[in-house]
Amino acid sequence: MIKKGTWVQIKSILLYADQRPNNIPEVTRQVPLNCWVKGRLIRDAEIGDTVIVLTVTGRFVSGTLEIAHPTYSHNYGDFVPELMHVRDIIICERDRL
Amino acid sequence: MNEYKETLSRRNEIMKASVGIDYDKYEYGNIAFDYEGLFSDLGYTIKQIRDIQLQYGVGATPLKELRNITELSRKFSNPGYGARIFIKDEALNDSGSFKARRASIACYQAKQLGFVGVVVATSGNYGAAVASQAAKHGLKCIVIQECYDSNGIGQPEIIEKARACEAYGAEVIQLSVGPELFFMTLKILEETNYFNASLYSPYGILGIETLGVELIEDCLKLTGILPHSVICTNAGGGNLTGTARGIKAVTDEDVKIIGASVNLKGLHMASDFDFNRKSFTTGHTGFGIPFMTNPDRSDVPRSAARPLRYIDRYVTVNQGEVFYMTEALVALEGIERGPAGNVSLAAAFSLAQELPEDEIIIVQETEYTGAGKHHQAQLSFARQMGIEIKFGDPQTEIPGKSIILPKSSKMIKAINLDLDHIRKTLIRNLTSENITLTKVDIDFLVDETNSSPQFVINTLDELKRRYVWTE
Repeated sequence: MIKKGTWVQIKSILLYADQRPNNIPEVTRQVPLNCWVKGRLIRDAEIGDTVIVLTVTGRFVSGTLEIAHPTYSHNYGDFVPELMHVRDIIICERDRL
Repeated sequence: MNEYKETLSRRNEIMKASVGIDYDKYEYGNIAFDYEGLFSDLGYTIKQIRDIQLQYGVGATPLKELRNITELSRKFSNPGYGARIFIKDEALNDSGSFKARRASIACYQAKQLGFVGVVVATSGNYGAAVASQAAKHGLKCIVIQECYDSNGIGQPEIIEKARACEAYGAEVIQLSVGPELFFMTLKILEETNYFNASLYSPYGILGIETLGVELIEDCLKLTGILPHSVICTNAGGGNLTGTARGIKAVTDEDVKIIGASVNLKGLHMASDFDFNRKSFTTGHTGFGIPFMTNPDRSDVPRSAARPLRYIDRYVTVNQGEVFYMTEALVALEGIERGPAGNVSLAAAFSLAQELPEDEIIIVQETEYTGAGKHHQAQLSFARQMGIEIKFGDPQTEIPGKSIILPKSSKMIKAINLDLDHIRKTLIRNLTSENITLTKVDIDFLVDETNSSPQFVINTLDELKRRYVWTE
């Protein structure tokens, strides 16, 4: 159970595939246009329920409850050995040419 | 009619209410509009804009000479060649990019007009810039981003920008790939009655004019001479337009305005598949060329970003070259900045070699870097998405399939685009077979393309357009 007032992320479908305009690439037209919004849950709910949240600007938005306490996990990526080699080239050309 | 079409049909009234500008009154002739009137009616002087920006943490960024990068560039130049390369360190604006300049005037104006909030549709630094400025003014802020592909995989750079927007207190609406982002923007504008902080409104351009003014003043102060060229990373065209207007406001001398974009040829900007196979979310040809040849495809009826009026030369560089120069900037100069802002730096490294060593080239922006944006984050993500990363000749890079890092700094080459071809495409886009153009329309096209009546007329003849022309 996720308590009322919890900061959550919801997902909704803005346009189904058959509602999307014709002038976009086929690969995009075959999939729905999804939308993610974050806000405070206005009633207790479970993941997967259709819920309403209150956003920071004061909008009430409905969607499927996806994540409680959403955070950020983007990072500096995996080690890329080529970048170290780029640096070697640059330093070598600075010092030896 | 469904909600999508209904909302789009109200586009003009929604825009008029949310930007506070009646665009209809600037229309004249059959295709022309009063471009300068759009700016002058706002009544801001450059001095007023500078004062507002200084009050809100924007502008007066340092111009820095990149002595070590210049020295490296000279190793590949003919004797006596290799212009001095300078960089305007715009990452030092509050919110970390030159976009703060644009946001500062949009938010200031929103506050003056009595709006309680601002809406902006952007996946780029502009979102954080508007969110930051909105926080200073006590305005509510909604940022609408195109962020994920249909598998829910987010571009790390855009996720970082969402984080920044949320840090500044904005509500971020994240969408999957598609141009219907515009539909969502209209819906939100209608629902909230907030101000539309469009990148393409005249406020969005006025704010950058100070960048052009400052870099001329800074350059004269540091060196005693004017720059030969100023290189602007080009996407929607506002950066180049505003910078050029600022330069022309303070000097009549011939300072070359050069646009630079990352070459993303072959990738479709509205493709769910291609979306996560590009390593640059802005500063690329996928925005640069369509917006240059058809500026009014933007989110306002008439875009104030019209780069073809000012640009002297347009070059491309490849993704691998920009990542390489991003590493050079940190390795040689000790300045760690985000990759997209370094597009023009990569171009400058090549173009400096064409000029005598006493000339000056200015790279007019940098942007902050960090998790998601960092070049290692982007290269790592590209590899995960199946992009081949290897060393070789960057000219063999195939966007969406490979990223080719130069085997040597000497392989970094800015490639010229044919500006006359781009001018002709603009004329084709702004005219139609059904409209007979008059002299004022032709004069407008001359201004739009920064060309001559003869060029416009020849192009109209080629395109079989009808016109009435008297000298």
